[in-house]
Amino acid sequence: MMPIGIWRLSTRQCHRGSELPQVGPESLRSDAVETVALSHGSSVADTSPKRRRSARRALLLALAAPVLLTGCQLPSFGAYEGVSKAGNDTFKLWQGFSIAAVVIGGGTFLLILWAAMRYRAKGDKIPKQTQYNIPLEIIYTIVPILVVIGLFAATVVVENEVVANPTPQATINVSAFQWGWKFTYPHHKAVIVGQTTQSPVMVMPADEDVRINLRSLDVLHGFYVPKFNFSRYAQPGLLNTFTFKVTKTGLYDAQCAQLCGLYHSLMYFKVRVLPRDEFNAWLAREDSKTSTATAVAAAGAVDAALNPNIPTIPATSHGAN
Amino acid sequence: MTDLIDRPSDLAAEPPHGGTHELHDDHHEHHGPSGILKWLTTTDHKIIGINYTVTSIIMMVIGGAFAEIIRAQLVSPTNTLVSLQQYNQLFTMHGSVMIYLFVGPFAFAGLANYLVPLQVGAPDMAFPRLNALSYWLYLTGSITMLLGFLTTSGAPAFGWVGYAPLTSAINAPGAGADLWIGALLLTGFSAIFSGVNLVATIFYLRAPGMTLFRMPIFTWNMLVTGILILLAFPVLTAGLIMLYCDRHFGTHIFSVSGGGVPLLWQHIFWFWGHPEVYILALPFFGMVTDIIPVFSRKPLFGYRGMVFATLTIAALSLGVWAHHMFTTGAVLLPFFSIMSLLIAVPTGIKIFNWIGTMWGGQVIYSTAMLMSIGFVITFLLGGITGIYLASPPLDFFTHDTYFVVAHFHSVVMALLMGAMAGLYFWGPKITGRMLNERIGKAQFWFLFIGTQVFTLPGYVVGLHGMPRRMAVYPNNTSWQTLNQWESIGALLIGISVILFVVNIVVAWKKPVIAGDNPWDAHTLEWYTTSPPPHHNYLSLPPIRSERPTWDFNHPDYPALIHGTDHGPATTAATNEKAEV
Repeated sequence: MMPIGIWRLSTRQCHRGSELPQVGPESLRSDAVETVALSHGSSVADTSPKRRRSARRALLLALAAPVLLTGCQLPSFGAYEGVSKAGNDTFKLWQGFSIAAVVIGGGTFLLILWAAMRYRAKGDKIPKQTQYNIPLEIIYTIVPILVVIGLFAATVVVENEVVANPTPQATINVSAFQWGWKFTYPHHKAVIVGQTTQSPVMVMPADEDVRINLRSLDVLHGFYVPKFNFSRYAQPGLLNTFTFKVTKTGLYDAQCAQLCGLYHSLMYFKVRVLPRDEFNAWLAREDSKTSTATAVAAAGAVDAALNPNIPTIPATSHGAN
Repeated sequence: MTDLIDRPSDLAAEPPHGGTHELHDDHHEHHGPSGILKWLTTTDHKIIGINYTVTSIIMMVIGGAFAEIIRAQLVSPTNTLVSLQQYNQLFTMHGSVMIYLFVGPFAFAGLANYLVPLQVGAPDMAFPRLNALSYWLYLTGSITMLLGFLTTSGAPAFGWVGYAPLTSAINAPGAGADLWIGALLLTGFSAIFSGVNLVATIFYLRAPGMTLFRMPIFTWNMLVTGILILLAFPVLTAGLIMLYCDRHFGTHIFSVSGGGVPLLWQHIFWFWGHPEVYILALPFFGMVTDIIPVFSRKPLFGYRGMVFATLTIAALSLGVWAHHMFTTGAVLLPFFSIMSLLIAVPTGIKIFNWIGTMWGGQVIYSTAMLMSIGFVITFLLGGITGIYLASPPLDFFTHDTYFVVAHFHSVVMALLMGAMAGLYFWGPKITGRMLNERIGKAQFWFLFIGTQVFTLPGYVVGLHGMPRRMAVYPNNTSWQTLNQWESIGALLIGISVILFVVNIVVAWKKPVIAGDNPWDAHTLEWYTTSPPPHHNYLSLPPIRSERPTWDFNHPDYPALIHGTDHGPATTAATNEKAEV
C-alpha cells in the first residue's frame, strides 16, 4: 500500500540506500541549491575554496546521475508505478519532472526564504538602489527555456508511446452512461452492464495490447483507472480509441472522473486483468450464459433510446476465439 | 527640479463641475446628492472602486461559506450533511462565485478602478458613466446568480465550467441554470466595459511625464489585463448566447442529436477560460510587484524584464486553452504542451525579479509584505505543479483529480494572499486609516498555514486516485485522513477571513490615522492625500522615473536611470521622511 504523504515518500530509501546514504534526492537538492546560489552571484569572482567545493559537488552529482536515472533508486513522489507498459513509462516521466520540480522549485523556495530572512531590515538605512543586472536576467531567462525544452522532449517521447494505437490482440467496447458502464466484446455475446455501486467489472487479458473503444451515451464521463496512470473522456458523438498493455494481473479500482450529474460520485467500475487462458475461459462462460441474450437486447435498447446516432464500431478483435 | 513641485495639475486647477470650488476640496464632493444617493449615482472611480471591492469581498465570504460546507461534507466518506444534488450545487456555486464574482471583479474592477487613475495621475477613468454601468451590471449579475438557490430546481449543478451537454435543457432543467447564464452575461459585459475603461484610461489619461515605462507595474498589468479581457470575454459571451439558444430556442449547437458538437463548448469556454486565468492573476502579480520594492526599500529589480514577462504571459495565454482538454483525445497535444510549458519562463522571471528586489534590501515584515512573500511561495507551488499538468501524459492521470484541484487552489489562494497584501497596503490610502498590524500578521499565518494544510494533502489524495467533485467517496483510509487534513486547512483559512473582518471593524471603531504616505512608498498615488480628494490630485510631483513619490521624498537620491546603479548621494538620506 502507498504510505500517506508525499513528504514521507520523497525520503524513502531504496533497499541499497544504506550503502549510498549520500545519494538521494536530498543530496541532489542541496547540490542544486548551491549551484543556483552560486550562479546568482557569478559576476563576482569566486573564492577558490568555494569553487573547489562546488566542483566536488558537481562531480558527485555527475557520478550520482546514472544511479539516479536507473529508476530503481528514485522515490515515487507519490504516484502509482503504473501496471501497464505506458503507465509505467508515464510514471518514469513523473519521476523526471519531480526531480526537476524539487531541484528548481526547492532551490527557488530557498532563495525566497534566504532573500526575505537574510535581508530583514536592520535599522533605517536605505540600501543600495540596485535596479538591473542584465547578465543575471539573461541567465534566468535562458536556463528555464532550456529546462522547458528538456521537459518537452521527454514529454513527447512518453506521449507518443501512451497515445500509440498498435494493432490489438483484443478489443473492448466501453459505453459510459448516467450512471454506469457497459462493456462488450466484439464477436462475443458477453455483455457486462452495471450502474453506480454495482461496479461492473471490465475483464481484460494481461500482457497483450487491448484496445478500448470508448464512447458516451449521454453526457461527458471520464474513464479513469488510477493504477493504469491514464484517463480519457467518454464523449457523446465522438469515439475515443486507446490501447493498454497491462503487465500485472489483478483487480483494479476505477471510476468516472468527469462530473456527469447527480450520481457522479457513485459511478464506479473495476478492471480485472487475467492471464490469456483464464480470460478465454471467462469469455466462454459469459457467452454461454443464457441471460446474456436478454442483456444484449436490453443494452441495445438503452443505446437506441439514448443515442440513435452512435457510430458502428468496426470489429477489430483478432484473438479470443 | 523644484520648480515643478507645486505646479497644480490642470485638472485640479480647473473646477471640474463649473462650480466655484476649489483647490482645498477635501475628500467629499460639495455638490450633487449626498448620503446613499451619492453612492447610487456616483461616477467617481474611487467610490465605484470601493463599491466593487466591498461587493466582491462579500462574494468571497459567500463563496468561502460554500467551501466550508463542502469541506465539512468530505470529513467522512459517506457524510450526509448535504445531499448529492446539494453538493453538486455547492461546488458549482463555489467555483462560480469565486471566479466570476470575487477574484476577477475584486482585482480588475475593484482595486484597479481605485488605483489606476491615481497611479497614472488621472482625475477619473476615461468613461466614468460606463464605469458606473459596469458596477451595476456586476451587482445585478451577482444577485442573479445567487437567486438560483431560490428557484424550485435550485442552483445549477453542472460545475463552474458548465460542460455541454450536461447544461442542456434535458440534463439541467430549471431556472437556476438560466439565471447562471444570465449572470455570466451580465458580469461578462461588466468585465468588457471595465476592460475598455482600463485600456482607454491608461493610454489617454496619463499625467505629463508618465510615460509607459514609468508606469507602476500594477498599472502595466492592468493594461495587459484590459487587453486580455477585450480578447477573451466576448468569446464567452458568444458561447453563453449559443447555450441559451440551445436550451430555449431549439438550436443544436452543443447537442449531438441535432448534429451539434458538445466539444465546441469546451473550446469556446477555455478560449475564454485560460486567458481568464491570467486576467485573474496579472492584477495580483501587479499588486505584489508594487508592494515588495516598498518594503525592501529598493526599486523593483528588472522593471523592464517584468513588463516584457507580463506581455509574454499574455501572448502565450491565448494559445494554451486546450491544455484543459488533453483527455478529450481531440486536441493537438504537443502544441498545447509546449505553449503551456513556456509560460513557466516569464513566470519564473517574475519570481526571480521579486527575489532580486528583496536581495540586498532592507526587508520590512509588514503584513502587506508577509502576504506578498506568502503569495510568491504559494504561487511557486501552484506554478511548479502546473508544469506537470502541461505535460499530456502526466495530465492524463491527474486530470479531474484532486491534484488539479490542489494545483489551482495553490494558485488562487496565492491570489487571495495577493488580495490581502493589496488591502493592507492600499487600505490606508483608500480609507485614511491603518489596519491593525498585529491582527494582520495573525491573519497572515492562519491564511498561509491554512493554505498549505489545505492544498498539500490535496496533491497526495489526487495521486491516490481521488477524482474531484465527489460528494461521497469509498471508505478508504488514506483518502479520508487526507481529506480531514484538507478540511482543517479550510477551517484555518476561514478563521483568517474572520480575522480580516475583525480588523476592518477595529479600524472602523478605533481609527488610526494613516497619513498620506505611511510606507515611504514609491508610486504616484502616495503623493496625494489619504483618501484622495475629488479628482485625485491638487498638484503633481515631477515624474521622472517609475517612482515619482519616492524621488520627491528623497531628493538627494538621483532619479533612476535604467541600467545603472546609484549609491546614496549623502548619508542624510537615511532620515529622510519628507512630508508631502
